[in-house]
Amino acid sequence: MKRYSKMLGGKFALTAAVLIITVIGVAVDAFAQAASTSDSGIPEVKFINQQIRQQWADYQIKPSMKATEGEWVRRVYLDIIGRVPTVEELQAYTSDRDREKKVKLVQSLLHDDKYTEEYAKNWTTIWTNVLIGRSGGTERNSLTNREGLQKFLRDSFARNKYYNEMVYELVTATGSNSPGQENFNGAVNFLTMKLEENATLATAQTSRIFLGLQVQCTQCHNHPFNEWKQQKFWEMNAFFRQTRALRRFTPGTRDVSFVELINQDFAGEGLTQTPEKADIYYELRNGVTRVAYPVFVDGTKIDPSGYVEDVVRRTELGKLITESEYMDKMVVNRMWSHFMGYGFTKPIDDMGPHNPATHPELVSYLGAQFRQKNYDLKELISWIALSEAYSLSSRTNSTNETIDDPVLGETPKFSRFYLRQMRAEELYESLVTATQAANGKGSYEEQERRKGQWLSQFITAFGNDEGEEGTTFNGTIPQALMMFNGDLIKTASSKGNGSFLSNLANDAELNNTEKINHLFLAALSRKPSTNEIKVANQLLLARKGELVAALQDIWWAVLNSNEFILNH
Amino acid sequence: MSNLARNGMSRRHFMSHMAGASSMVIPSLTMGQTLQDNAEDLKRRRKSAILLWMGGGPSTMDIWDLKPGAPTGGPFKPIATSGNAQISEHMPLMAKQMHNMAIVRSMSTREADHGRGRYYMHTGYVPNPNIEHPSYGAVLSNQLIDQRPELEIPPFVAVGGGSVGPGFLGMSWAPFTVSSTGQVRNLQMGLEDTRLYQRMYALDLIEKGFINQRRGSAATDHQKILKKTLNLMTSEQMEAFKVASEPDDVKERYGNTNFGRGCLMARRLVEIGVPFIEVGLGGWDNHSNIHTTLRDQKLPELDQAMSALVEDLEQRGLLEDTAIVWMGEFSRTPRINGNAGRDHWARSWSVVVGGAGMNGGIAVGETNSDGTRVETDPYTSQDVMASVCKALGISLQTTFTSNNGRPMKIANSGKVIKELFS
Repeated sequence: MKRYSKMLGGKFALTAAVLIITVIGVAVDAFAQAASTSDSGIPEVKFINQQIRQQWADYQIKPSMKATEGEWVRRVYLDIIGRVPTVEELQAYTSDRDREKKVKLVQSLLHDDKYTEEYAKNWTTIWTNVLIGRSGGTERNSLTNREGLQKFLRDSFARNKYYNEMVYELVTATGSNSPGQENFNGAVNFLTMKLEENATLATAQTSRIFLGLQVQCTQCHNHPFNEWKQQKFWEMNAFFRQTRALRRFTPGTRDVSFVELINQDFAGEGLTQTPEKADIYYELRNGVTRVAYPVFVDGTKIDPSGYVEDVVRRTELGKLITESEYMDKMVVNRMWSHFMGYGFTKPIDDMGPHNPATHPELVSYLGAQFRQKNYDLKELISWIALSEAYSLSSRTNSTNETIDDPVLGETPKFSRFYLRQMRAEELYESLVTATQAANGKGSYEEQERRKGQWLSQFITAFGNDEGEEGTTFNGTIPQALMMFNGDLIKTASSKGNGSFLSNLANDAELNNTEKINHLFLAALSRKPSTNEIKVANQLLLARKGELVAALQDIWWAVLNSNEFILNH
Repeated sequence: MSNLARNGMSRRHFMSHMAGASSMVIPSLTMGQTLQDNAEDLKRRRKSAILLWMGGGPSTMDIWDLKPGAPTGGPFKPIATSGNAQISEHMPLMAKQMHNMAIVRSMSTREADHGRGRYYMHTGYVPNPNIEHPSYGAVLSNQLIDQRPELEIPPFVAVGGGSVGPGFLGMSWAPFTVSSTGQVRNLQMGLEDTRLYQRMYALDLIEKGFINQRRGSAATDHQKILKKTLNLMTSEQMEAFKVASEPDDVKERYGNTNFGRGCLMARRLVEIGVPFIEVGLGGWDNHSNIHTTLRDQKLPELDQAMSALVEDLEQRGLLEDTAIVWMGEFSRTPRINGNAGRDHWARSWSVVVGGAGMNGGIAVGETNSDGTRVETDPYTSQDVMASVCKALGISLQTTFTSNNGRPMKIANSGKVIKELFS
């Protein structure tokens, strides 16, 4: 490949001429955008590009220009492994002359052993927050063991477990929730704390997270804007009624030591118990009582027996979910939104018929392809990350500035990269990597505990039984204060002996400008502008030549900038 | 103010250094100008509002609209109050303050899911995927900010969680969320001000470069927040957050609870000029054992703090200019379920309002004998919001333009609850 590109270099004049013609062609037919974007020979990427372009044409949008190499590399690292690239990683990419280097980088982040741990950690964080929230497991006497769930997820992502298997295991899991206990199965932690009140939370969240169906409104009544009926809620709920979370106490105390999730015979709720046809009851708003048995959303009934010997209801549910097209579409939407900043529906986990997708054909197609590729998440990631839409700049142009701004209430057309803030975890990992900070030392568990402690300052609970929560890491003042003055930033910009900045200051191989360049590259994946260099030199003067102090000022300013905290 | 002096940097001190450091200027980061001229006059007329947000959905028929003897009534008994309406026996301190407050007993809404209910009650609008509506705090502080040019700290403070954001009004109107201890984290830079100033100059350069590349509102919002943060770091008004500095007897009166401290902080913030404070009290999602939870935990905490707040505001002459709203996202089923709890219910319930000239001591509207139905004109989130706006002197003709260009009337065209004003 390398040799081939050299040969091409020799024919530069010709290539340039062809390019000019192409550019004119595009200019003449500005909205058609027929040619030129590489799909790297991947049919799924080709299809994505076609579908997205179709809507640009419909809305007469010219897409934003391509992102710079630095911008693209930065977002790929952030979105796939959860941190910004190091200066070395960035330079390795920009100096690579391989025409297919984008594919190479994506494949490397997904498959190289050196990234396995970071890949697994990033997706473990994301899925932990999806499954049990940012505060799940941190409550006193919690029935959730956060570490336990993370162990399960980390193992799943490190081995690239197929998505359907992962979902099946989470839905059907039995066993102990804490690492080190006999019969440990971390997957049980998804459900251990959602079973109270007749498992209404388990019902609502399993449907929402894996199927994109919001059923919680129909628990108490038929919902006017949702085709879901109250009957369906309780039919789904019936699948969870053999499930029990048993508290195991530390001997001699009232402290929960661990929790065991089991399936046991369910006799039903009727006055005369009929386990061979275990029924549950719910009340309509007018006071009339109705009966329900386990029936999946698509109408599939299972054996209504409550005896686990006859049928384990959650096992059946696990099969039905993983066979359902809703699951495929939901995970496609979730992944698309992770990379693109917006999904095909808003919110992403409300995909019922009342909330049509912006690109319905694309959702169906990607769902089907994902299923065909054995639910391999890495395949899905590579299609999205290599798509044209993902390669665009976040700079707007006159044709897409307002019509493609979801902040203005427009549906996303994906003709530009939407700015979005790094997650708190991404900031943390980025700083640890960029500064080789001490936070990154110690065992995996120790590192995660330190990170968890730091993250807890941003969590605010909403005070209801559904465990809803908010974060103050949302671009408001508490976050800005943390970036200005917090310990994390203080540590990252320490000038003590052996610190990142002191090592940089003492690096005999780099001159001052190169040192300033290094800081901009490490945080922003670009070199400083002339003006920025000028200010940096003024700071050096103001610090009376104390280089490390000036670097400290620059590093602080760079880390506090919009350009740093916004994935762009 | 001695505390801040000890920490090294008062606002005035900082300003003087800014003026002195002449080699670098930050045109866009100039500090808020002080308009002392008519400040005193404005201070006299300025209005505020406090929202007591009951996350989870409190059972109002066990607190404000009891149905003793009804099959749905539960075990609590009503008691007489200093107003005309009776309330729960487990709210004895509030009973002495009810001449200041009105109970709207004919609330009837449709959102019985936590997320949707929280949004609806905070904004007056049902959730819509294409637009984010601004919440109470954003709307009211946006309308009341002009009355306090001297305010250096954020005009919308949320104590505890559960608030709703600024929607299309933008991040400048986002709640400043603090914990009830009043401890604001990471306030001190520990850096001499000249150097901070120089850092800010470098930062501003990077910041602007990015904004000028037309990358969208998130980049601009970030810069606005930086300015507000710098204002706040150097403001003596931050003292208002320090509830710990209150005399012991005052702290005791509010109660040694998070909510108590939050209510006390709300009073201090009103005094310093913050137009909108939301204090959250969660734990009302009582699907099981509701009456023991209410009797032993929730109601004593609420009663102590809320009564102290009303009393304190009245004694300081602040109540006539401060509206208080007590509400959750919905209420709970009249029917008591199999776990001795109540589930979500929005069809017939109560909110409590008072202050800022609204009539106290009354109950507006009524429910039927078992609490399952509203018997009089039903009121909604919009109506409560419209009434609060009227009390605060905000015109109901006020119209915002959402960022997709749609005009949005304040309080979503709600109608004023007339009994509160006659």
